[in-house]
Amino acid sequence: MFEWVESIFTALPFGVQTMTLIILKIIAILLPLMLCVAYLTYAERKIIGYMQVRIGPNRVGPRGWLQPIADAVKLMFKEIIIPTNSNKYLFIISPMLSIGPAIAAWAVIPFSDGMVLADINAGLLYILAVTSVGVYGVIIAGWASNSKYALLGAMRSAAQIVSYEIAMGFALVGVLMAAGSLNLGDIIRAQSGSVLHWFWLPLLPLFVIYFISGVAETNRAPFDVAEGESEIVAGFHVEYSGMAFAVFFLAEYANMILISCLSAILFLGGWLSPLQGILPDAVMSVPVLGGILGDGLHWLLLKIAIFLFFMLWFRATFPRYRYDQIMRLGWKVFIPITIVWLLVVGVGVLAEIPPWWHKG
Amino acid sequence: MTKLIRYLKSLFLLELIQGLRLTGRHLFTRKVTLQYPEDKTPLSNRFRGLHALRRYANGEERCIACKLCEAVCPALAITIESEQRADGTRRTTRYDIDLTKCIFCGYCEESCPVDSIVETHIFEYHGEQRGDLYMTKEKLLAVGDKYEKQIAAARKQEAAYR
Repeated sequence: MFEWVESIFTALPFGVQTMTLIILKIIAILLPLMLCVAYLTYAERKIIGYMQVRIGPNRVGPRGWLQPIADAVKLMFKEIIIPTNSNKYLFIISPMLSIGPAIAAWAVIPFSDGMVLADINAGLLYILAVTSVGVYGVIIAGWASNSKYALLGAMRSAAQIVSYEIAMGFALVGVLMAAGSLNLGDIIRAQSGSVLHWFWLPLLPLFVIYFISGVAETNRAPFDVAEGESEIVAGFHVEYSGMAFAVFFLAEYANMILISCLSAILFLGGWLSPLQGILPDAVMSVPVLGGILGDGLHWLLLKIAIFLFFMLWFRATFPRYRYDQIMRLGWKVFIPITIVWLLVVGVGVLAEIPPWWHKG
Repeated sequence: MTKLIRYLKSLFLLELIQGLRLTGRHLFTRKVTLQYPEDKTPLSNRFRGLHALRRYANGEERCIACKLCEAVCPALAITIESEQRADGTRRTTRYDIDLTKCIFCGYCEESCPVDSIVETHIFEYHGEQRGDLYMTKEKLLAVGDKYEKQIAAARKQEAAYR
């Protein structure tokens, strides 16, 4: 059967071949991503439920495993209501503007050594640029709805995302100074050695700030003033229903996974195994065991899961920040700390402090 | 000094970590959720659910149409009409409780001198069309006849405190 597929494939012109391969790769990234998003909502409800001493959804399917499917089906069959006085074109286009960047950023994520859709050298810059575009979806949604709550939510989230982008950008500058590269694969390779070689240790303040800014960037609790259901109903997506709302939802959760993934790549060594440097090389070369204990996709997934769990944990624990306190935290705490730590990293790199920055 | 300590505490997120520890502990505690249709909470003898009109053991209805319940009802949910029967006693010809008005305060039950109008333990009932939740005398007596055993048992256990 495979020869048959292969014969058709080789008969195609070269350009079409490349195209087909890229599309197949995109599908291989997107399908699991969407599945993860669906089950992240389930995990969120379960974990928050458990932390509130409840048991969460458990009626749809065994232990509630089919709950996200039921939610998706429900949302698909609901009507998309477009308010009479809204700007219809912008109203329709803003969910797409929101989810587009959230998905596009995955193109440069290296899942394992060489397992990356677009291995570009400006990977970090691309990520920073693309995730910033996501804010337009939110702003345009708030504007197009022609509703006070939506506009307020959009204003809040715009100001918040722009403020935290700066602290986040500085944290990324620290990473690229430490790694000496913008290519995400090279950043991970620069961390290889052992758990202590990962950048979380020399860049600890930047790591904490990056993750907290990431939580703020995705408008998650405790920085969810953009949604603030107790004050402005649901913020920028008040007027959205059905699948249009679901797309915003998808974008938010895809962004959560993206931020967790980036934290894992930039500070926790991505696909690198934490057992590296502890176990002798002989163990790593054992067929199956070495595959499990050695570097690979599964370690990246595990690290992503840990960060996601922390995001859910935050939501179950912290009350919402007051708006002016969010701004204070972003501008007067995070940005100064990152700038100071950039100096420290600069000195460290120049002084070639081992084990992170020695010339090989 | 205290200012410095407070500053360091917030810088190192100590209080946030304390909060995280608390919720983290609760992740593993036993869950208190009751799976409702399968499990039910125990009901007090004084539980105030659906109303019922009771009868004496000989089949005579208890209500003497004193209209105390109608007077005390804060939601004006009770309507009573009465007349003299052939044997000279006064009985109701109409005893209606509009459950859509009723607030289940239990005052009717408290005010009743003959323990006729009572509130039962039934709380899982519904109406399928308009008027289904308007309880007439016949419906109330039917509820009373059906659940007399339960009603009497609850009253007996509470007798010492009344």
